[in-house]
Amino acid sequence: MRAARVLLRPVGFAGFGLLTVVLLVAVFGPVLWDGRATVIDTGDLLAGPSGEHWIGTDNLGRDLFFRVLVATRLSITLALAATAIGMVLGVVLGAAPMLTGRRVARFITSAVNVLVAFPGLLLVLFFAVVFGVGARGAALAVGLAGAPAFARLCHTLLSGVSERDYIAAARIAGVSKFRILVRHALPNIAEPLIVNATMAAGGVLLTFSGLSFLGLGVQAPSYDWGKLMQDGLNGIYVHPLAALGPGIAVVLAGLAFNLTGEAFAAAFGIDVIPGVARVRAVRGAAGESAGPAVAAPDPEPGTVLSVDGLRVTIPGARRPIHAVRGVTFAIRDGEAVGVVGESGSGKSVTALAVARLIEEPVRVDANHLVFAGEDLMAADDPASLRKRLGTSLVVVFQDPMTSFNPAHRVGPQLAEVGRFHQGLGRRAAFARAVDRLHAVKLREPERRARQYPFEFSGGMRQRAMIGMGLMGTPRLIIADEPTTALDVTVQRQVLALLGEVRGDTGAALLLISHDVSVVTEVCDRVLVMYAGLIVEELPARDLGTLARHPYTRALVAAVPDMETDLTRPLAVIPGTPVDPSDVPAGCAFAARCPLADDHCRAVEPPLQADAAGNRVACHKAGWPLPADSAEVTV
Amino acid sequence: MGGWTPAAVPPSAARGLRGRAGDLWSHRWLRFALRRAGRLLVSLWVLVTASFLMIHLVPGDPVRAALGPTAPAELVLARTRDLGLLDPLWRQYAGFLGNLLRGELGVSISTRLPVGETIAQRLPATAQLAVAAFLLSVLVAVPVGVVMAVITRRGKGRRTELAFTGTNVVLGAIPDFLVGVGLVYLLAVQTHLFPVAGRAGPDSYVLPVLALAIGPCAVLSRIVRVEMLAVMEADYIRTARAKRLTPWRVQLVHALPNAVTASLTLGGLLLSSLVAGTVLVENVFAWPGLGSTIVSSIVSKDYPLVQGTVLIYGVGVLLINTLVDVVLALLDPRSTIGES
Amino acid sequence: MSLLSFRGVSVRYGSHTVLKDVSLDVAGGEVVGLVGESGSGKSTLARAAVGLAPVTTGEILLDGRPVPNRGRARPVQMVFQDPYSSLDPRMTVGESIAEAMRERLGKEARRAEIARLLALVHLDASRADDLPVRLSGGQRQRVALARALAARPEVILADEITSALDVSVQGAVLNLVRDMRRELGLSMLFISHNLAVVRYVADHVAVLYAGEIVEYGPTARVLGAPQHDYTRHLLAALPGAVRRTSSGNGRPAPTSALKEQT
Repeated sequence: MRAARVLLRPVGFAGFGLLTVVLLVAVFGPVLWDGRATVIDTGDLLAGPSGEHWIGTDNLGRDLFFRVLVATRLSITLALAATAIGMVLGVVLGAAPMLTGRRVARFITSAVNVLVAFPGLLLVLFFAVVFGVGARGAALAVGLAGAPAFARLCHTLLSGVSERDYIAAARIAGVSKFRILVRHALPNIAEPLIVNATMAAGGVLLTFSGLSFLGLGVQAPSYDWGKLMQDGLNGIYVHPLAALGPGIAVVLAGLAFNLTGEAFAAAFGIDVIPGVARVRAVRGAAGESAGPAVAAPDPEPGTVLSVDGLRVTIPGARRPIHAVRGVTFAIRDGEAVGVVGESGSGKSVTALAVARLIEEPVRVDANHLVFAGEDLMAADDPASLRKRLGTSLVVVFQDPMTSFNPAHRVGPQLAEVGRFHQGLGRRAAFARAVDRLHAVKLREPERRARQYPFEFSGGMRQRAMIGMGLMGTPRLIIADEPTTALDVTVQRQVLALLGEVRGDTGAALLLISHDVSVVTEVCDRVLVMYAGLIVEELPARDLGTLARHPYTRALVAAVPDMETDLTRPLAVIPGTPVDPSDVPAGCAFAARCPLADDHCRAVEPPLQADAAGNRVACHKAGWPLPADSAEVTV
Repeated sequence: MGGWTPAAVPPSAARGLRGRAGDLWSHRWLRFALRRAGRLLVSLWVLVTASFLMIHLVPGDPVRAALGPTAPAELVLARTRDLGLLDPLWRQYAGFLGNLLRGELGVSISTRLPVGETIAQRLPATAQLAVAAFLLSVLVAVPVGVVMAVITRRGKGRRTELAFTGTNVVLGAIPDFLVGVGLVYLLAVQTHLFPVAGRAGPDSYVLPVLALAIGPCAVLSRIVRVEMLAVMEADYIRTARAKRLTPWRVQLVHALPNAVTASLTLGGLLLSSLVAGTVLVENVFAWPGLGSTIVSSIVSKDYPLVQGTVLIYGVGVLLINTLVDVVLALLDPRSTIGES
Repeated sequence: MSLLSFRGVSVRYGSHTVLKDVSLDVAGGEVVGLVGESGSGKSTLARAAVGLAPVTTGEILLDGRPVPNRGRARPVQMVFQDPYSSLDPRMTVGESIAEAMRERLGKEARRAEIARLLALVHLDASRADDLPVRLSGGQRQRVALARALAARPEVILADEITSALDVSVQGAVLNLVRDMRRELGLSMLFISHNLAVVRYVADHVAVLYAGEIVEYGPTARVLGAPQHDYTRHLLAALPGAVRRTSSGNGRPAPTSALKEQT
C-alpha cells in the first residue's frame, strides 16, 4: 500500500518517526514533566547547562529542558488549530466559486488574489493588531492569514479538475453542483491539499514561534517555544543554549511536518518531475551482451542510413522495458521510408534512437548505426560529428506547438544552426534564416523571423521547423508524426512542402506515422512495427493489397477510408497491444492473431526477405484470414 | 481546384496579422500595463482601507487601550478627538485618504511625533536589509539550482541530490530569526567575527542579511532546480539537441530562460515574504528599522504608528509584486498575451 | 421519435464569434455527421446543446421544446474526445454509470441496470467494479458511452470520440456506434474531423467552416458530389485523394494548396 511505501523511504521514515515523537511528547509531556518544569529553584537562577539542568535554568531557576518538552503541547496545539482555521476557510473560499454564480465567483477569486499578494507575516501582524496580543488572537491571526494562500491553492487545483470531461459529464447528467464538488472535485484534489496542509502546519509552527518571540503571541505565564526563545535571547552571551534549545525543538518539529509532507508528495507523485520518476529507479542492465555478434555487412553504396540490430532499453522500476528489440533496415539516398504501427510499437523510439536523441539512462545498442558514412554509435569525435549531423540530419517533431523554444524569437532559433555549424556571423546567420523561411513559403519572412513562436500557427511552425532543417543541406529528414497535430488541409500542405524540399535537396525521408494512408501516399517503402520489431517491410503502394502479415492486413482494414464498404463492420484487431515490459515468447502478435497456433506462440518468427526484397516475420505469412473474424471487445 | 485559398484563417487572426507588428506590440503592452496598473490600484485601495479599518476593528476603545487603564478620562477624550475618532466613519475615511494624499500619516500616540517622520527615519535601514538579502538569495539560488539540475538530471548523482534536498528541507525548516540567533551565537558570541547587533559599519550587515537570505535562498534554489529539470524534458530542448548544439548552450541559452521564468512566478511570493521577514530579523539584531518599530507599536498599541508601518510594508510588497510581473512579462512575452 | 433542432444558434465570447447563425436538425433515429477543422466551432455547437457553452442568440429545441438543462432528466447526452479525462479516476465504472441514471434504483436493480448497459457496449458486467485506471482507452470510451446511455437519452452528441484512440481500437468503437444506432434507434450528432469516419457512420453530413455551416446533405451526396468549395478543398486534402505517382527521384506535383496558411 501507499502508506507502507511512504514509510519505507528514508524521508518518510524520518518524517513519520519524528512526527510521532513530537506528537507523543505533546500529548504526554505536560502530564509527565509539568512538575519538573514549574518547580522554582531560587538557588539556581539563570544557570548554565549542568548534569542536573541539561540546558540550564531560567530567571526563576526553572529547568529549561523540561520547559521545552512541556511547551510542545501548546506549540503544536496552536499550530494545528491555526492550520485548521486557515485550511477550512481556504477550502470554503476556494471552492465557493464552483457553487456560486459567475459574478460572486469572480469577486471571491479576485479578492483572494489581492489578499494572497500580501505575505503571511504582514497579514498576521494586521490581525494581531485587531485581535490583540495573546495566544487566542495569534491563533486566529495566523489562521486567517493563511486562508488566502489555501484558497488560491484550492481554487487553482479545482480549476484544473473542473476542466476534466468527467465534471462536464456529471453536469450533463444533471448532478447538482454541490454533489459534483463533493463527489468529483474535492476527492481528486485531496492529495495535494493534504501535502500542503502538512507542510503548512510546519510553516505555521515557525510563524507562531516567531510571533511569540516578538512578544505578540503567547503571554506569560503560559509559554511556548517562541516565548522560551524570547526569554533566552537576552542571555545569549551567557548561556546560549537557553535560546538555542527551544529553537532546536522548533526546527525538529518543523522538520517533522515538512518531511512528512515531502514523503506524502513523493508517494502521491505530486511535483515529481515528469519522465524522471518513472525512469529513475534502475540503471540500465549494464553488461548485457550486445546481441549476436554478427559482423555487420558494409552498407551498400548509395545508402544514407543503415541500421542493424537496433535495441532501445528503458530501465523500469521492476524490469527493463524493451521498447525496440532489434531493428534492421536501410534507407537509400533520396528514398522515402515510412514506419507504421500502433502507439507503443516502438516506432517513435526508433526514430529518436536513429537520430541519437535518446539520453541516459535509456540505453541504445546496435550492431551498427551508420548515417552518411558516419558511425553514430562511436561517439569519439563529438564536435565534428555534431557539425556534420547538425547540417545534414534533420528532425521534425510531432507537436509544432511545443517544439520551438517559447523564450526566443523564431529567426535566431533557425540562425543557431548557421552560427554554430556553418561559421556564419550573427547577421549572416539571421539573413540565411530569413531566406530559409522564405524557402518554406512563409509570407513576410523578415517580419516572421522577428516574432516569437506563439505568434505562429501550428502549420507555420511546422514549416519553420522544416526551414530550420534547410539551414544546412539535409541528406535525411526524420519526421516523427509531423502532421498528426495539424488539420487535414494544413497536413496536406506540410506533406507537399516535405515533398518539394526532398525534390530540391535529394534528401531521404524517414516518416513515422500512425496514419496508413499518409504513409501510403508519401513513401516508397513501409516498415510495419509491432512490439518493438519490424514485422513486415514492403513497397508502400502494395500496403493495401499485397501485405502478408496478419497484423499489417488488420491495420489497413481497421481504418475506414473513402472507399470502405459501408455494409460491413470494420475489421477489428482483438485484444490489446503487448506490454513492452513483458513481451511473451514466440510471436508477439500471436495473442491477437486469428491464424496463430501453438508453433506461433512458442517460436518467434524471423524476419525473412523474399526475392523482391520484401521482408515479413510470420510463420503464416500470406495465409487467408478467416472470413468472419468474430468481433471481440477491445 | 484552386479556388479556395482563404481556408482556416479565422477572421480575428487575419485582422491581427494585417495590422503592423509594431501596433500589435504596443497594443499588447498597453493592455498589459493598464491591466497591471488596475490591479495595483485595487490592491492599494484594499490595503489603505484595511489599515484604516484596523483601528476600528480593535475591540473596545483603542485610545483607552493605548493610554492604559490609569490615564485620566479627559486625556483619553482629548486624544480621541485629536485622532478624529469622534467624527462619523465616512468623514474619518475621507480625512484619512486626504491626509494620505498629502503624505501625512498622523501622529504617534506615544511619542507625539509625526508617523511619517519616524518611518522616513527608519525605512532606509529596512530597505537596505531587504534589497541586500533579495539580491544575495537570487544570485546564489539561481546558479546553485541550475548546477544541481545539471548534475542530478535523470537519476544521475543520487547522493548529491539527496544531500541537496536534505540541506534544503532542513534550511527551509529553520525560521529566519532562529538562523539569526544561531549566527549570532556562532559568528558573534563564539568567534567575535561580526558585531552582535546594531547597525554601524559594513560588517554589521553581514549577519542580518545572511539570516534573512538563507531560507528564501534554499527554497528558491530548489524551485529553480525543479523547474530546470522540468524544462530539460520539454520538446523544444529536444529540438535544440537535434540542432546538435553543445550541451552548455542547450542548458544556458535554451533551458535557463524558461526555467527562470517559471521560477520567478513561484519565487515572487517568496521574495515578497522576505520583506516581511525583516520584522523578525530586525528584532534579533536590534536593527533600527521599521521591523522593530511595528512590533513595539503593536505592543504599546500605538495605532497610528501601526497603521503607517503596515501601509508602508504593504506598499513595498505590492511594488515588488508588480516589479516581478513586469520582469516576467519582459522575459516571457507569452504571459502578457496569455492573460488576455 | 425525437428531433434535436438548432435554430439560428450563435455563440460569441466577447468580440470573438465562434458560431454564426447555425441551423441544423438531427432527426429521430438518424446520425448526423458534423465535420470541420479545429476552431471551426464543432465542439462548441455540441457543448451549447447541453448547456456547457452559452448560446448568445438562437435556440436549441428537442421536439419543439428547449432542451432541459436543469433537473435530473437530461434527454441530450454527450460523449467526449479524451477517454483519459472523461471518467473520474476515483469512481468505479459502475458508480460512474449509476450517477447518470435518471432515478435512484435499489441495489439489485442498479446492478442489473449497470450490467445491461455494459453489455450494450460489449463490456463484461464484472468491469463495473474496476477503476478507470485498469481500462484501456477503447474500454474507457465504451464506459463513457454506457454512462451516456444510462440517462436514457433521446440524442447523443459524440464529440471526436475516436480521435484519441489507436487505429486498431477506433474501428471497434465505430462498429459499436453503428450497432447501437441499429439496435436502439438512437439519434446522434457525430462530430469528427475525419471525413472517412463520418462517411462510415453518418446518414447526413454538415460541413462547418469558421462557425458557419457551408454545406449540408445526405452523406453520399456531400462527400461524393460536394457543392461548396470548402468541402471540395477538404476532400482534396485527404491523403490518398491524389494518388501518389512520383517516387524518390521525382518531385511531387505541386498542389494549389501550397499557399501560406495559418
